[in-house]
Amino acid sequence: MINSQLSTHHMKFAVLVNEGPYTHQASDSAYHFAKAVLRQGHEVLRVFFYHDGVNNSTRLTTPPQDDRNITQRWTDLASDHNIDLAVCVAAAQRRGIVDSAEARRNEKDTDNIAEGFRIAGLGQLIDMAVKADRLVTFGD
Amino acid sequence: MSKKRIVCLNRRAPHGTNYPQEGFEVALIGAAFDQDVAIAFVDDGVFQLKSEQNPRNLGLKNFTRSFGALADYEICEVYVEIESLTERGLVEDDLMTLIWEDEDDGDIEKPLLRFVGQDEMSQIISEADVVLNF
Repeated sequence: MINSQLSTHHMKFAVLVNEGPYTHQASDSAYHFAKAVLRQGHEVLRVFFYHDGVNNSTRLTTPPQDDRNITQRWTDLASDHNIDLAVCVAAAQRRGIVDSAEARRNEKDTDNIAEGFRIAGLGQLIDMAVKADRLVTFGD
Repeated sequence: MSKKRIVCLNRRAPHGTNYPQEGFEVALIGAAFDQDVAIAFVDDGVFQLKSEQNPRNLGLKNFTRSFGALADYEICEVYVEIESLTERGLVEDDLMTLIWEDEDDGDIEKPLLRFVGQDEMSQIISEADVVLNF
């Protein structure tokens, strides 16, 4: 029943990623879910990264060459499908993820946020939860 | 922005992970964005409400003191699952005392924590538009 509803009606999905890359399956599952949503003609309103999920957004990610690059995959998805990747500013600062503006403001010698991601307030999580037909959480 | 019913589901003990502290922030922001926010404590999440916590010896800030500000954010629905308390040897008197003033009832001070059984808790969760899980 649910499956047939999903395939016939256009739906807006919000995706919440609460775990970091590699240790957890969460970010992989969220990525594959987002791809499937797009493939079926639905919309991904935003992907919001919270808790350790912010660690998916560092451009310094360098996995071995025979492994997937989780950060790069998100960056590519964002540019291929124009998807908003929002990283919670407070959670990011705790864990050392900064864009150039935050780096300057906190007097750090570099930024490390990857292309396609942006630092955002927690209000963006509430915003997507309210606007989406479904919020799907990936995490513990 | 339209209004949705958001239930923040707290399942974890307060200081072993950062989920409860960051989850609490979401509840406050949800209320600040004028959403219909309720908070539910189940499983180890009920430990978050234990009175007289002192995690400072661990170098941690006692964020649970901020629960006292929930009513200021107009979060007046806070549910605690009775079975979760019982399983952990806790009773109502072990928990912090939180109050809110009911504007629709002559500003009478009422207890903020509402103790509900598993059936009612599952109904609260299933009736939500959005469940955020921490």
